[in-house]
Amino acid sequence: MAEVRTDFGPPNYKEMMPPVLLENYGKWLYHENPRAGVLKHVSETGAVVWTVRIGSPRLLAIDTIREFCDIADRYCGGHLRFTSRHNVEFMLTDASKVQPLIDELKAKGWPVGGTGRAISNIVHTQGWLHCHTAAIDASGVVKAVMDELYDDFEKMRFPAHVRISLACCLNMCGAVHCSDIAILGVHRKPPMVDNEYLANMCEIPLAVASCPTGAIKATTVDGKKSVVVNDEKCMYCGNCFTMCPSMPLADAEGSGVAILVGGKLSNRISTPMFSKVVVPFLPNEPPRWPQTVEAVKKILYTYVEDARKYERLGDWAARIGWERFFEKTGLPFTGHLIDDYRFAYTTWRTSTQFKF
Amino acid sequence: MEEESKTPLADQLEEGSWPSFVTEIKKRAEVNPAAKDLLGQLELSYEEKRAHWKHGGIVGVKGYGGGVIGRYSDSPEKFPNVAEFHTFRVNQPSGWFYTTEKLRALCDVWEKHGSGLTNMHGATGDAILLGTQTAKIQECFNDLSEAGFDLGGSGSDLRTPSCCVGPARCDQACIDTLDICYDLTMTYQSELHRPQWPYKFKIKVAGCGNDCVAAVARSDMAIIGTWRGPLQINQAAVKGYLDDGFDVMGKVVNVCPTKALSLKDGALLLDEDDCKRCMHCINKMPKALRPGTEKGATIMIGGKAPIVRGAYLAWVIVPFMKLEPPYEELKELLGKIWEWWDENGKSRERIGELIDRMGMSKFLRVVGLEPSPQMVFQPRSNPYYFWQPDEVK
Repeated sequence: MAEVRTDFGPPNYKEMMPPVLLENYGKWLYHENPRAGVLKHVSETGAVVWTVRIGSPRLLAIDTIREFCDIADRYCGGHLRFTSRHNVEFMLTDASKVQPLIDELKAKGWPVGGTGRAISNIVHTQGWLHCHTAAIDASGVVKAVMDELYDDFEKMRFPAHVRISLACCLNMCGAVHCSDIAILGVHRKPPMVDNEYLANMCEIPLAVASCPTGAIKATTVDGKKSVVVNDEKCMYCGNCFTMCPSMPLADAEGSGVAILVGGKLSNRISTPMFSKVVVPFLPNEPPRWPQTVEAVKKILYTYVEDARKYERLGDWAARIGWERFFEKTGLPFTGHLIDDYRFAYTTWRTSTQFKF
Repeated sequence: MEEESKTPLADQLEEGSWPSFVTEIKKRAEVNPAAKDLLGQLELSYEEKRAHWKHGGIVGVKGYGGGVIGRYSDSPEKFPNVAEFHTFRVNQPSGWFYTTEKLRALCDVWEKHGSGLTNMHGATGDAILLGTQTAKIQECFNDLSEAGFDLGGSGSDLRTPSCCVGPARCDQACIDTLDICYDLTMTYQSELHRPQWPYKFKIKVAGCGNDCVAAVARSDMAIIGTWRGPLQINQAAVKGYLDDGFDVMGKVVNVCPTKALSLKDGALLLDEDDCKRCMHCINKMPKALRPGTEKGATIMIGGKAPIVRGAYLAWVIVPFMKLEPPYEELKELLGKIWEWWDENGKSRERIGELIDRMGMSKFLRVVGLEPSPQMVFQPRSNPYYFWQPDEVK
């Protein structure tokens, strides 16, 4: 049998790139964003490349990818790229083809936008479609939210960038902890220990060691080795379930949505910031999650109406004060929003400067 | 009479303007039984408000320790075609550029061996192929290999590095993000394909402080392009903005976080010492303002999501590093970091958590980095600190 080839790495990017980009590599002078979804990059050689960006659902059938390829063959010399937020970009050098390309993409149902101060696509995880630890669905929630924000994908009318992201459990394989608005799947019930099979399925010392609050102890139940969880200490992080399949946490009523806001990644004006929890729990409401959609819209549009130009959501909340954030958005403030984990005291107020 | 839909809940997600993932699944469901059962199982999840996948299992291809992730339905009697529905992580080209020829080749492999459903792309950067069976994995990999695609990382290994569009199509890139990403990926093929560490290690390369790949939050090592010295100002272009009626004062000068800019007689002046390179003015006036000419990168360490000791943003450990091929200084640093982490890290302890547990000053000492004020927002307030025996005679 032929030896299997390994470790040859990904395709070389230089062979994937449109010729105009390769010829002008590192020579770009400036860019413009004439409308949502359209970028114009100008090189010091005088070359110009136009980019048309569309939103995608991230989950793509090969039929759709082939359709993108057909379009790229006809307009873009057989090249295209994807962005870090699941958008698709078509790059072309003939300015007269930009509008026909947009028209064709729109006619096929693809939203053109997502640049600058438009809302961009929601980065997200697998959810119920393809993950065992998910507390919420991912694609369904994203679809429901983006349907409502569709117009703002195609317009650039926000004070600053707004990045929404979704992770379907606290493992956060889509790290959402620095998003303007983060939709996060959380659990509220401790793991359900399957004493019958646990000893066969799990390394008990690993399960015990996995708990960040020391809530798990080894025990014996009906002569079988197992673990016991101190429910009072459990914060439902799910780390034990990752180590031990016999400790699932997901529950129809226990699991649901938390919303965090005010994070950012860019160093623009203010420094990168963590998102903060402002809605501790909303129930799972498949297939369209109306309460989650409503909460996201309420936060987003309160910010859009009230913020100053170039203020990110977190900058705005910090300027007006979080006490005002809750007042203006109408979100209830509950004890769940006061931190009690590591670093908690860095968030407790140590000043008499605040607003009533 | 029309047949009643078997997925009335999922069908509701075909309504509305945003492109629907349910429509994508249905495109494949017409020809692929696994895609059909996937939709059926999703409908069950919508009915019962919970996932129906079992804990992953170990599957793999010859010569690799990762890159394929086992996925099994918990209801195989109802949905036999997703009883096994494993994932391939396929290492993307730097910057997510594709020729249609290459992309079609990927589609053809996946039509032959899998469900035909993908994620373009996953959170780390890979092209994700969703759903195949254990018996098909090796052949699928062989055909991927034939098409020129290799596997990405999974488990406790180097995860697939990724980068922004960089100098390929951005006037703000201070480093060659695509080449750095590709070079590191090729240099560390073994680390990428064979899990051998306490936990995962992610690398992301961003061309400037705008950080379009979320390096500071989503990577254990963030390589972020920057410059030293003054930013470049083209006064003729500044005049062009003013002549066009662009509000230079309101949109740029007054918004500068350190008030480093002023406008005098139609010229934009920079107090170089006050500039923190935040990128706002360059973003707003790209024709007139560009990063400075002495370019390099800030290297940061430890960014990660909350699981399990809390969320971290990456910390500055090298304020400025020149990055030219073959990137020896960077690779030497990576080697020292991995060695220390491998020796001291507990199971599932990320490098940021290890530094948090052992101390930043210890980390800097071990990997041989000179402390500098750029590494901290402010010096410590707490007066309990360590002295090394050779420091106290």
